[in-house]
Order: sequence, then C-alpha cells, then structure tokens
Amino acid sequence: MAISTTAGHAPHEHGKPTGLWRWLAATNHKDIGSMYLWFSFTMFLSGGVMALCIRAELFQPGLQFFQPELFNQLTTLHGLVMVFGAIMPAFTGLANWLLPLMIGAPDMAFARMNNWSFWLLPPAALLLLISFFVPGGAAAAGWTLYAPLATQMGMGMDLTIFAIHILGVSSIMGSINIIVTILNLRAPGMTMMKMPMFAWASLITAYLIIAVMPVLAGVVTMVLTDRHFGTHFFNAAGGGDPVMYQHIFWFFGHPEVYIMALPAFGIVSHIIPTFSRKPLFGYTSMVYATSSIAVLSFMVWAHHMFTTGMPATAQLFFMYATMLIAVPTGVKVFNWIGTMWQGAMSFETPMLFAVGFVCLFTVGGLSGVTLSVAAVDIQLQDTYYVVAHFHYVLVAGALFSLFAAIYYWFPKMTGKMYSEPLGKFHFWWSMIWFNVTFFPMHFLGLAGMPRRIPDYALQFTDFNRIASIGAFCFGLGQLIFLYNMLRSIRHGQAAPHKPWEGAETLEWQIPTPAPYHSFVEAPHVEAGDNGVIHSMTGGAHH
Amino acid sequence: MESVSHQTHYFVPEPSRWPVVGALALFCLGLGAALAVNGVGFGKLSLGLGFAILFYMLFGWFGDVIRESLKGNYHGKEDLSFRWGMGWFIFSEVMFFAAFFGALFYVRTISVPELGNFEHKLLYPDFTAAWPLSTGPGITQRYEAMAAWGLPAINTLILLSSGATLTWAHWGLIQGKRTSLTIGLGMTVLLGALFLGLQAHEYSHAMHELNLTLGSGAYGMTFYMLTGFHGMHVLLGAIILAVVWLRVVRGHFNTEHHFAFEAAAWYWHFVDVVWLLLFTLVYWL
Repeated sequence: MAISTTAGHAPHEHGKPTGLWRWLAATNHKDIGSMYLWFSFTMFLSGGVMALCIRAELFQPGLQFFQPELFNQLTTLHGLVMVFGAIMPAFTGLANWLLPLMIGAPDMAFARMNNWSFWLLPPAALLLLISFFVPGGAAAAGWTLYAPLATQMGMGMDLTIFAIHILGVSSIMGSINIIVTILNLRAPGMTMMKMPMFAWASLITAYLIIAVMPVLAGVVTMVLTDRHFGTHFFNAAGGGDPVMYQHIFWFFGHPEVYIMALPAFGIVSHIIPTFSRKPLFGYTSMVYATSSIAVLSFMVWAHHMFTTGMPATAQLFFMYATMLIAVPTGVKVFNWIGTMWQGAMSFETPMLFAVGFVCLFTVGGLSGVTLSVAAVDIQLQDTYYVVAHFHYVLVAGALFSLFAAIYYWFPKMTGKMYSEPLGKFHFWWSMIWFNVTFFPMHFLGLAGMPRRIPDYALQFTDFNRIASIGAFCFGLGQLIFLYNMLRSIRHGQAAPHKPWEGAETLEWQIPTPAPYHSFVEAPHVEAGDNGVIHSMTGGAHH
Repeated sequence: MESVSHQTHYFVPEPSRWPVVGALALFCLGLGAALAVNGVGFGKLSLGLGFAILFYMLFGWFGDVIRESLKGNYHGKEDLSFRWGMGWFIFSEVMFFAAFFGALFYVRTISVPELGNFEHKLLYPDFTAAWPLSTGPGITQRYEAMAAWGLPAINTLILLSSGATLTWAHWGLIQGKRTSLTIGLGMTVLLGALFLGLQAHEYSHAMHELNLTLGSGAYGMTFYMLTGFHGMHVLLGAIILAVVWLRVVRGHFNTEHHFAFEAAAWYWHFVDVVWLLLFTLVYWL
C-alpha cells in the first residue's frame, strides 16, 4: 500500500494523504462524504439533462426531437438516475459528512467499507450509461420496470438489472455503516433521545434501506430469470402473474419514498430551529412521528396499484392506511411551524430553502392524500397529476432540503462562506420556476393527460409549453448554484467559527473548517433535545 | 470483552486499495453477466475477470482485517461494531429471501387459484388449480413434484446436526477445549459439504427423472430459486466456516476474542433456519 507507514500504531497517526490516492483509497468520512456529494450532483445534472430532453419534446404536440422508443428510455433513466444516483447518494454523503461530527465519533464505524459503498456507485452509473449504446437501447419500461415490459426488452434491461444490484449492495453497506455508527459510536452523554434529528432520520432511513433494497434485488432477479432462464414469475402461462411484480416492487417502492423524504425532514429540523433561534418544538414527537412513518410505509404499497383490480376490502385497507400517514407527517409540519412561531427569525439561504420545503412539501403531501382516495386515484392513475405530486415531494422536498443542507453546512465543510446574494437568487429563481414547471401538471393530469407519452392532444399544449419553459429556466438556475459553490470554495470569505448564531449542535462546537480528523478521542457532552450541546469536554482533533 | 464504555479510542483503518479493487470487480461482474446472458462472447471473459479480481480483493481485504485483529487493534467497541454489522447484514439476507417466499405465497394463494377459477376457463379450459402444480396453465410438459420425505428430510437432519456440532465447537472455544473446537467445526464443514452433495444429487434426480426444471411453471421456479439461493448460502457459509477452521488451527482465537467464529456461526444458523422454512413451505406442505 502506497500510504501505509504507521501500521500498528494508534488510530489516526496517519496524516492527510494527498493526490488521487487520497480519494481512491479514502477511509476518511469527510473525503468520502465529499465524493458522494459531487457524484450525486453530477448525476443530478445528467438526470436533469434527460428531463430537459423530455420537456423539449413535450413543448408542443407531435414528435419533434425523439422517437417514442428513445423518449421512453429518457423517462426511465431520468427516474432511475435521480432516485438512485442523485437523491439517495446525496443523503448518504451528508450522513457521512455530518453524523460523526454530530454525535462525536472519530469516523464512520466501518471506514474502509464506507469507501466501497461509494466506489460502487460510479460502476453502476457507468452500466446505466452503457445501456444507451447497446442494441435496443436503454431500459424503457419506466423507472418501476414493470413486468411484462421489463421481461421483453433488450440487453439494456439486463444492464439496468445488474446496475440495480450494484446500487443495492452500495446502499445496504452504506446503511449498515450509518446504523452501527449511530448505535455504537455516540459520545458519552449523547443519548438516543438527545440525539440530533438528522441522526434519527438517517438511522430510520438506513433501517428502511436494509429492509427493502434486498426485496428490490429479489424482484429484479425474478425479472432476469424470466428473461433468460425460463421461469414464469410474471407470466400467467406458468401460473405466475405480472401483478405480482407490482406487489413486490412496491413493497420496496413505497418505503423508498420515505428513504428520500425522512433525511429531508431531519435536515429541516436543524435549519428551522437555528434561524428561528428557538429549540425544535416537540423533539420527542418528531422522533416518534419519524418512526411511525417508517412503520406505516410497509403497509401502504398497494395504493400504487388501485387500478389492478384488487378486492374492495384491500383497496379500503390500503386507502385508510395511506391516509394515516398524513397524521405523523402533519405532526412534523406543525412542529416546524411551532418552532418558527414567535421566533426571532432571519432568512439566510438555508432558511429560505427550508421554509420553501415546508410550504411545497405540504402541497405535495396534500396531493398525496388526494391520490390515496381509491375512487379518485382510479381516475388519476398514470396521469400528470401523479407526476406533479411526486415532483412536489421529491424536487421541492428532497432536493430543496439538500440545497438547504449544503448552504447550511458549507462553512463547516469548507471553511468559507458562500455568496449570500447568489444563494438567495438561486432560491427565488428555483422556487418560482419550480412552480411554473410543476403546478400546471396538476391541471394537465386532472384534464386527463397521461404520463410517459411523447405526444399529446392539442388541448394540452398551453400548459405543456408553460411547464417546458419553467423546466429550462429551473435547470439553468442550478448552474448558479454550481458557480456559487465552485467560486466560494476558492475565493469565498473565511467563515467565522460559528457562522449561524442559533446553531447549537455538536458540529458547531469544533473548529471551522472541521479538522481532517475530528473527535479522535470521544468528547463528553451534556446535551439537550435535538442534540443541542450545553457543555463539552475533551474531544481531540488534528 | 473489556468494558466498552471506557474506551476512548476507536480504530480507524488506514487508506486501503481494496474498496476500489472491489468496485472494479463488481463492474466486470455486472457488465459480464449482462453480456453473457445475451450470448455476447466477451461477457464470459468479463465475468471470469470479475471473479478473479473479486477473489484477489477478498483475500487482500480479509487478510488486512485478520492482521489488524492479530495486532490487537480491535477492542470492545470495534467488536461491538462488528456484531451490529453482521446482525444487520443477516437482516438484509432475511429480506432477500422474504421476496422469494413472498412470491411463493402469492402464486400458491392468489395467482394459481385465480388461473383455475371459473372466469379463466375460457382462457385455459384444461387447467385445474392444485399444488404442487404438475403443469402450468399454458405449459403442456408435465412434471412431478419433489417428495419431502426422501432426500430433503435427510438433508434437514444433516443441517440440524451441523447446527449441533457447531454449538459443540463453540462451547469448546469458550471453555478452551481445542479438541472439541477443531473436531466440531470440522464436522460442521463436512456436514455442509455433504448437504451440498446431496442437493446436487437431488437436482439431478429432479431434472432427469421428474422432468422438473426452472421452466416448469410456478412450482418449478419457486422450488429452484428458493432452494438454489439457499444452496448458494450454504456454500458460502461452509467456505466461511472452513476459513474459520484454518484460523482455529493457526491459533487465531482465544476464549474471549473470537468474533469471526461467532459471525460465521450466526450466518450458519441463519442458513439453517431458512432451510427449515424451505422444508416446511416448499417440500412438505
């Protein structure tokens, strides 16, 4: 090994490695976290370009740029890349960066495996990319890869299946790391019911990932054997059933929704208290609400399948179980509002994104409750109403929370301040064009426009034009973010030790930027709810 | 195990080449498998390369871990991390099998009875729903189901006995009785190998005499996928136990410090429990 010089000594005697090897062989949670974040941003831009291709085609009726086959490949890969390449790795990257700092750990529990979790992502992304260039093109069955579409397509589907296997291995290992770090490496005094909400959210998310990613691996394996080894899992001729694919897939798929939402809840539960200069309202209820959402997420999967012809009793069960999720989610929204209530609020960029998150996520949550009504859903299934709904929770939800997090912790990570005017501009620009893009889709869906179709009837033209203009402006705005980050890392003003007056969690008690090796020795802390630190002793860095 | 709460240092390994080597291995495996199932010649080459790199990585990585363990880098807190980690890994395996047991439940209670009901008589007039199916609604080739009380029952006994010998070895390890440790563990590996040999024989019997293949409809696919994935786990478990046996012979463990043994044992018992479910739900009922 090129770096190995101090084998056998106490941990952390090795210094900061340099060059490419620092990244290839990394065992430092901050380096690995940074790689996750840059990777996910790259994937975000790639998936974004696919989205813009889709919106360009839909700017007017008729076929302009893409044949339907390629259009379907673009919608499929846009979904897969954004879910598995952008959002999930971004949250894992943040967890890597922040968890050890928040709970007083020297690093992640399995630092070497941590690097494997990351380095499995580029090969999986590469397999997906290669799939565009094989005979038959990339997978075109939608990101859900429903049978029997998925059992019929070309080699691109096999590449997608194996990419999903690799992504699954990556996220399961990443989740084991997160869970073990939280359960085993908390500093003395940082008890579970004092721990920051982001740690709670990461813990529960990781549990969901370990519970459902293997199920996804199982179902795509069944697709693979149906395709090549003669099984009939999804073929009635042998006693199987294509609807079974949907059951198994959505048993994974619905918890997956919360895998992309719970960490966002955790992030917002830090930012809103900081900029309201008040402790989080109802910390304990936040913990229980997050746990309830996780438990309920296993019992609602068939609300994605109301049109498959299941018995009325099953429809009723899944409808009511789904509505039940609005209760803990409502607890959270009201807790955030309660935190802001009579607070001394200020609106720096992270807070803007956090408040934007609360407003728009609630819109997405409410359209979700609408869709949970079986009778309504049967009308709206596979229309643009569904597209509008899940982009409100995933773009204005997950993505806005990620922007909030990056702006909020940017000083801690880099030691520099980002440009506040550019940040604010990025927020307002994104906020406006996001709504211009996705709000009209509600109307399109209610009027009956189906999703995943490259052409449409003339009466849908106006709203589609508005949405396409919004999408291009929204996409352009993300380059402002990239510019702000790149410029601030190099030329930003030096960040003060504690840039946010109201930030009270453990990561703000150590120097800025965070030392390469932090908490080499566990500190003793006295903590309040949500990881607020009253006092800290010990905790060496270098 | 020493007191966990008083440990202030936690072992963080140095930069390591193995993760990127492992990523390269999985890339070759993924690409190779996707090409190979489509009959592209390069696929098998890539698969072979992937496996070679994977084994190189496993040897190197586990070698590093063993050396770190022998150097005394792992104390109570690291040990506890390994325990949590192994536990959650086994949970992920449980969920993988759950997907296939779920498919078995679905075809047995929902799709097969539905395909045989009155509404489907138009589509498949000659099909009668029963379990085990001797044919599929649209499959003409007939086959026989595997009987539970022949080889499968013997295999059940073998796996249960292997659990007992493993526990005997564990007691030997804790009490410092090396003979019962080495013999018990060795017997467990041999019983695992015997199980696999008998399963290979069973598969051959099923394919040649019962005409039962992966393509034999809902029964054939669930039978082979469930028992096949289980068999792969037995193989992996036996390899892990064999490595632990070699480490026992080299004196890597003592009465207090032997997590590798326990991890292997947990894995083996997990495989054992899956088999009991398989025997009950796939073979017997």
